[in-house]
Formats: sequence, C-alpha cells, structure tokens
Amino acid sequence: MTLRDLINKLLGRETASANTARERLQLVLAHDRVDMSSLTTDLLDKMRKEILDVVAKYVEIDFEEVAVSLETEDRMTALVANLPIKRTISGEIKFKKTDKSDKTDKDIKK
Amino acid sequence: MAENTRTILICSGKGGVGKTTLTANLGIALANSGATTAVLDADFGLRNLDLLLGLENRIVYTAQDVLDKNCRLDQALVRHKKEPNLALLPAGDPRMLDWMKPEDMKKISEVLSEKFDFVLVDCPAGVEDGFKNALAACKEAIVVTNPELSAVRDADRVIGILNTSDIEPIQLVINRVRPNMMASQEMLSIEDVQGILSLPLLGIVLEDEQVIISTNRGEPLTLTDGRSPAKKCYLNVSQRLTGKDVPIIDPKNEGKSLKDKFMRLMQTKVF
Ligand SMILES: Nc1ncnc2c1ncn2[C@@H]1O[C@H](COP(=O)(O)OP(=O)(O)O)[C@@H](O)[C@H]1O
Ligand SMILES: [Mg+2]
Repeated sequence: MTLRDLINKLLGRETASANTARERLQLVLAHDRVDMSSLTTDLLDKMRKEILDVVAKYVEIDFEEVAVSLETEDRMTALVANLPIKRTISGEIKFKKTDKSDKTDKDIKK
Repeated sequence: MAENTRTILICSGKGGVGKTTLTANLGIALANSGATTAVLDADFGLRNLDLLLGLENRIVYTAQDVLDKNCRLDQALVRHKKEPNLALLPAGDPRMLDWMKPEDMKKISEVLSEKFDFVLVDCPAGVEDGFKNALAACKEAIVVTNPELSAVRDADRVIGILNTSDIEPIQLVINRVRPNMMASQEMLSIEDVQGILSLPLLGIVLEDEQVIISTNRGEPLTLTDGRSPAKKCYLNVSQRLTGKDVPIIDPKNEGKSLKDKFMRLMQTKVF
C-alpha cells in the first residue's frame, strides 16, 4: 500500500483508477486468453458439475461456496476450483467452521 | 538473403497507439547510427509512413510495382535526403489487400534484406490478413502499446498470435507515458503493463506534444536538433535495439516540478 492509498482509505475516498484498470484487465484477459471457441461458459458449467460429482463422492462439499473460474498470471491461464469441504463422507468433521471459505484450496495455493 | 538483416514487425493490435510514429523515428535513429535501414509501409489500407517522413511528394513506384515487376526495387525505394541511410518502400494502393499473400510480403522483405541492415515493417492495426501478411515478412517484433485498458488488451491478442509463430524476440514499447498520471496512480504503471503482457521491455516513450509538431512538419523528432522528451525516448529505444547496454528511461525521474516530487512522495510504500 502506498502513502496515497493510505490517505485515500483514511478519507474514505475511491482508490486510484490504475488499480481498477489493472483488476479489470486481468479479468478480461483471463477470458481472452483461453480459446473461446473451445472453452465457452457452457463448457465451464458442465466441467464444474462433473468436477463436483467426482469430489462429492469422497467429501461433502459446501455447494453454496463453490467457485470454478479462470485466472491468469504470467500469460498462463489456470482453471481454479474453490471447493470448501464440510466433512469427509466417513463422517469425520474436517474444516467445520461457521465462517467458511476460511480454508480453501485458493488460500492454500497462495 | 543477408543472414544478419534484422526484419522487425512493428505492431499493436489497436490503431492509433503510435506504430507509424515509432517506425519513422526509429528508422531515422538507426540510419543515423550508421545502419542502412529500410522502412516498409505494410499498412496498405491507411498508409501514413510517407507523410511522417515528409516523403509523400517523392513517391513514384510502390511495393506493388516491385511485386508486379513494373520496376526494380531501387526505383521504388525513396531515399531520405537528410538521412541517406534511410529508405522508404511505400505501400501500394488499398486494393492490394485483396490479393496480397504472406508469400508476397516475404518476397518483398527478402529483396530488402539483401540491401539493408534493418528492415522495419509498419504493420496495420487489427489481427486480420494485413497483420498476418506483415508478420510473414519478419523475424522479430516490437509490440507497441499505451498504458490504457483497450490498448493493452489488444496488444495481448497480438502477442498471443506472435507466440504461435517463430518470431523471436518479441519486445515491448510502451508509448504515450504520462509520468504525472502514473505517479498519481491514475494510469497503469510500466510495471503493470509489462507484468500483464510478460514481454521484455525495450523501452518507453513519453507523451510529448512535439510528436504532433514534428508530424506536421514531416520531420521525425530524431531528425531534428532540439531536445524533447519523446526524442530522448526514441533514441533510447534505438540504442537498446542495437544492443547498447543503456537503461530504460524511467518515468519516475522525468517529472521535475514540485508537484511531481510530491506525487512521488505519495507513491512511497508505507506497508
Ligand atoms: N508519444 C506521443 N506523444 C504524443 N502524441 C503521440 C505520441 N505517439 C503518437 N502520438 C500521436 O498519436 C497518433 C497516432 O499515432 P500513429 O503513429 O499514427 O499510430 P498508429 O500507427 O499506431 O495508428 C498521432 O496523431 C500521433 O501524433
Ligand atoms: Mg499507422
């Protein structure tokens, strides 16, 4: 965080537009960079369902919090699945916290 | 074909980001450093390179006549009077777009390679046939962009295509940089743009009204005597292109007023 960001935050002002530009660009490029003819939203949906089916065989997933998306870094686009686990099928409680999305693979990845 | 001729595609995806201006200035700067240089206008639809170089009244033949064998190459080349190491091969008329094939462009660049150390190809905007034809004529590329969303996005598409060809190296020039806006974080930073596009940075060019003035006169800045922010940048890019180990111009050092200094202070990382 820069001095400017800090002052903006303290004054409750909007952050500088370069940040917004960077974030919007990263999002739009993530989609541009995958060949749209081969990976449409439909396909992404279908993939999400199938991934969920497989994972759900072994662990209980918090369906409300599931997110499957495309992310881009260094010209590499990755399919990132965020599947918060409630418990394993055997009944053993793993990450059962009331505030979920606490431990997700995305966090672990970082 | 001369093995060591460097044929360089100057492209961007988006129009109006500064390809033609860079081609003209870089062409003059390279020629001035002693390298024989040809600039090829591959923007057949909207040719402009002749205007920027002030050569529009001296065109007799074009690339089309060379391909049709209406004339020899040296008859079509327009040599610059003030910079004899530089020659322009003008674009033919827009109808060439209908029949031009990548092989035709390749042929042109091969004949140019026999005579010149550098061949700079001013590419049309877009990622369609005109761009693909120009690409076929080149061994390396310079992607020009501006620190703006749409320009960066289009540059990314072009880079995607270049990455699937055997063009190498592909280097980045960020044009129309405004140090003040970057300092106040109202413009994507050099690091942002370079990080997003992941290309080696050849250089930056500052926003400079002298660019417009020199265009009016048909004399690229690198041909003029005065000092100007953009001229300094074009010379820097030219030196780096020829392998000189000079640092990239850093916009952070370019603003000199008190306001600029204050803006820099505001950029200090606090945590
Ligand atoms: N560094 C700069 N500072 C100010 N104006 C610029 C700069 N670079 C380009 N321009 C202006 O931007 C416009 C588009 O430039 P041009 O080189 O024709 O772009 P392109 O060939 O990519 O379409 C021109 O009017 C030119 O004068
Ligand atoms: Mg142009």
